[in-house]
Amino acid sequence: MCGIAAFFNKRPTYESRLGELFVPMLSCLTGRGPDSAGFAIYRDPASAGSTKIVAHHPALDYDWKSYFNKVGKLESMKILSTHALAYLSGEPETLRAAAEAADPAVTLMSVGSTIEIYKETGLPCKVMEQFNLSSAQGSHAIGHTRMATESAVTTAGSHPFSTGMDLCLVHNGSLSNHNRLRRNLEREGIHFRTDNDSEVAAGYLAWRLRQGDTLEASLKGALRDLDGFFTFAIGTKDGFAVLRDPIACKPAILAETDDYVAMASEYRALVHLPNIENARIWEPEPARIYTWSKSESNLELKIAQ
Amino acid sequence: MNFDLSQLTLREVNQALHDLPEDGAMEPIYLLNPRGAHAVACGLRVAAKIEAQGHVGYYCAGMNQKAEITIHGSAGTGVAENMMSGLVRVKGNASQSAGATAHGGLLIIEGDASARCGISLKGADIVVHGSVGHMSAFMAQAGRMVICGDAGEALGDSIYEARLYVRGSVASLGADCIEKEMRDEHKAELIDLLAKSSLPVEIDGFRRYGSARSLYSFKVDNASSY
Repeated sequence: MCGIAAFFNKRPTYESRLGELFVPMLSCLTGRGPDSAGFAIYRDPASAGSTKIVAHHPALDYDWKSYFNKVGKLESMKILSTHALAYLSGEPETLRAAAEAADPAVTLMSVGSTIEIYKETGLPCKVMEQFNLSSAQGSHAIGHTRMATESAVTTAGSHPFSTGMDLCLVHNGSLSNHNRLRRNLEREGIHFRTDNDSEVAAGYLAWRLRQGDTLEASLKGALRDLDGFFTFAIGTKDGFAVLRDPIACKPAILAETDDYVAMASEYRALVHLPNIENARIWEPEPARIYTWSKSESNLELKIAQ
Repeated sequence: MNFDLSQLTLREVNQALHDLPEDGAMEPIYLLNPRGAHAVACGLRVAAKIEAQGHVGYYCAGMNQKAEITIHGSAGTGVAENMMSGLVRVKGNASQSAGATAHGGLLIIEGDASARCGISLKGADIVVHGSVGHMSAFMAQAGRMVICGDAGEALGDSIYEARLYVRGSVASLGADCIEKEMRDEHKAELIDLLAKSSLPVEIDGFRRYGSARSLYSFKVDNASSY
């Protein structure tokens, strides 16, 4: 199973209520994924020349200050339970490499200028409370509730998976060719932390994007190279994308108003959203890439086939 | 009579519907605030008239017998799944596997239906005013499907004896599904189904599809394998 939810503000109307609107979406999908949960929230951009990093260590008393001081010039830092959020001076790629080298027991959740990924094992409502999601403000959020099928229930095996700077992926479904794909990607220098099939999909997108492909071209490649079932939601710095495999047995519902676009595995996760009764509601078609982006002037849906 | 799903649990509402007198309540029963709930009005065996006042989730009106259920909104996966008799009308769109394995009764979808509409149909009739998605009528064994719009890829793959009528385009036909001659008896049943679905009885442009009966299971030499 697994559940997916996404909320993207096209206009600032509900930016101050992002967490409040998003928490019921994700908790409604608990039945689809009670094992672990996670979300990416896009907010508080780093200033020019700075990078935002979220990292995880299982110990609640971990010395985050020493860790980040090893990584680079620490501007500010905030600890949220097992995760820590830090702004550091410098380029993201350099800092990412330094952060990975600084302590092997620390896992990087996200690197970029606006993205923050938080994920943990346990019921979605517990995880969202652990990271104060309900009071969060921001431009958009992508979340996931996991029912593990073929790999362990761990923090690292939870979604979203970071796929590059300010990018993340959540997945509902299962991939059949992930072992071979993982070996191929490892040869290309992509590093994996789990046996999770979704991490391979994330690694695939990260690899394509690193090669210089656009998100759209990477997703087209995914349709060709990933064998299995998937509904993906992909968070980008200024928008999000949705893609279902050609068989499309994993559900997805989209709702769009002038103010927002929301996506969920089931319609009932959307019923509390403002003005939902006047939203355009539809199921994304199989093998079709839907993207929204704030940087595009009209904020309208772009569909690529 | 009203049942408000924002006040009562789904189980309470479905139990109350199951407990209705079998010969039927003549007055319509309104289900308020379904808000995408799953399994609304499932397993009814009474000739009641039910009006769901909004979108419903998965398996609404599943296994229906006798009841006349109208959904004033869209329906999630598997609406009227395994229906035995009665009438289910969706005023909006239906998600995948609408009318799956239904044995009897009539399912009307006034909007579009997505993938696998009428999969493994076993004798019910399905009339879709709009279009249907890919793999519709997959392994459909008996019954009729009327599609007023277009059909997605692989329509009627591995179909047995169900009869399909499509007015729009067919993206592709599935294995062993072919276009067939529209004879008078087919025109008559199409007119009957359109009329029952409160559609204009206009059969021009409809084409009939069904089984070429050339797959393994249709070969007499293989009969002893079953």
